[in-house]
Amino acid sequence: MSRVNFLQGFATLVRSELSVLFRRRRTWAMLATIACIPIFLAIAVQLSGSTIPPGEGPPFLDRVSQNGLFVGFTAMILAIPLFLPLTIGVVAGDTIAGEASTGTLRYLLVAPVSRVRLLVVKFIGASVFAIAATATLMITGIIVGLILFPVGPVTLLSGDVISIPAALLRIALVAAYVTISLMGLSAVGLFISTLTVIPVGAMAATVVVSTVSQILATLPQLEVIHPYLLTYNWLGFADLLRAPMDFHSFAMNSLLQISYIVIFGSAAYSRFTTKDVLS
Amino acid sequence: MPRGAIFGFLGPNGSGKTTTIRMLLGLAEATSGSIFLLNKSIPFELRDALPHVGALVEGPAFYPYLSGRDNLARFDSADSSADPKTRTARIESALARVGLTAAREKKVHAYSLGMKQRLGIANALLQPRELLILDEPTNGLDPQGTREVRTLIRDLASQGITIFISSHLLLEIEQICSHLAVMSAGKIVAQGSIEELSFSEILNLNLRTPDIDKAIATLNSLDIEARNEGGAIKANVTYNFIAPETIVDALVRAGVKIQGFTLEAPKLEERFVSLTGEGFDVAR
Repeated sequence: MSRVNFLQGFATLVRSELSVLFRRRRTWAMLATIACIPIFLAIAVQLSGSTIPPGEGPPFLDRVSQNGLFVGFTAMILAIPLFLPLTIGVVAGDTIAGEASTGTLRYLLVAPVSRVRLLVVKFIGASVFAIAATATLMITGIIVGLILFPVGPVTLLSGDVISIPAALLRIALVAAYVTISLMGLSAVGLFISTLTVIPVGAMAATVVVSTVSQILATLPQLEVIHPYLLTYNWLGFADLLRAPMDFHSFAMNSLLQISYIVIFGSAAYSRFTTKDVLS
Repeated sequence: MPRGAIFGFLGPNGSGKTTTIRMLLGLAEATSGSIFLLNKSIPFELRDALPHVGALVEGPAFYPYLSGRDNLARFDSADSSADPKTRTARIESALARVGLTAAREKKVHAYSLGMKQRLGIANALLQPRELLILDEPTNGLDPQGTREVRTLIRDLASQGITIFISSHLLLEIEQICSHLAVMSAGKIVAQGSIEELSFSEILNLNLRTPDIDKAIATLNSLDIEARNEGGAIKANVTYNFIAPETIVDALVRAGVKIQGFTLEAPKLEERFVSLTGEGFDVAR
């Protein structure tokens, strides 16, 4: 097969995967629920008045009423521990197990598509969903913030003040940071998904991995392993809100997540390419 | 199996038909032995063989929330040898072939079992194929649908496509297949053309008459050991031992009133049962 054909075939399958993913009502329901997080947060802050003392509630909560651009950041902090992993668990856990449970996996494989290609395309699909999820949350946050609160130059954690365009850039960076974190979890979900033909099992197991990882991170006795936990740097994006921008945790998190992608990607590869498809 | 044949693959439930098909298509790995599909060694040259093979494996499976047409488009996009420019046209003609053009926009969860079965066959026909592997192709179809599928299979075979049908419906196999193999407990127990396999040394004689005693006496005088089975006379006659018209002639001369008479090879079903065993304990 020529190289052009190879790429064309690959692109076609990616397009098909995304169109199947985004034509499911479930996908839109999850994105809609994600959009509700900044909306409810902003409404709650608006209704309660602007008297939240600093240090209470989630970080940045006290700033939301002063500057609408903080809605997205705060909503992100709320959504990272449970809600975003939950949606990733659903999408990534469903990748292979979902196809296997409906029997469509065998028809894809005899079409034929190589198993490696299918895995890569499934991972791309889950990653695109991660992008859509973080973008939905941030963009909804910006819009709600614009509607309900004053918006102006942003005061950073370091006390510096930056312009609105610079603030929007940082919002995009935070979204990228979280997307990379979710891609690490997607790789774990993809691997789990190759182990079973029951998608719900794979979805739940993926969420369990992220939850257990966060629980382990709270146990000081396990401090040695903390830097290697999938979720270790998940909340580290506050560094991006300093001036000058501190990319240290961005780099560390990316490195950690890429390691997870490599390890669980290889595990998924070795499992899936040798698996008998019996469903 | 010979090219251009309609090859019936028979066997009781659990005898290994579907497992064999899965191994042929590279879905499962064989623990021993070698497999050749269109002269390609499986699983090593799977990617060269599969584009020429259309398959319906273990019943149809689709994305319930997509329409019939979108389902076909999904599977076609998985095949990198399929030309995206002709995709729409190929899908339309495959749908037309199985009579689903009117239902192509409907979501598959609204399809009946027969429609899903036909959509599965359409999926196997998306590209010009050399070989079609159809696992229980008429499962869930009504009599009209079954006839349609049979006609479609004959039509495809006449275009030179080799067709491999697995089934436990003997009647279906008997009606359309030119060759067959019988599997039992994971082994092929008989294989050949349908003439070879239905040929039998012993023919079954069936006679219906009110004059039972007289008929038995006449048959015995012809060296045929006849017996009375619940009002019908049965006997086993060696092939070419005596012509059927000679028997009838003798019976009529003896004054036996004949209501019905047949002398024929045992049905495929009897042959099948004799090869694979009787009862529910088959293939244990």
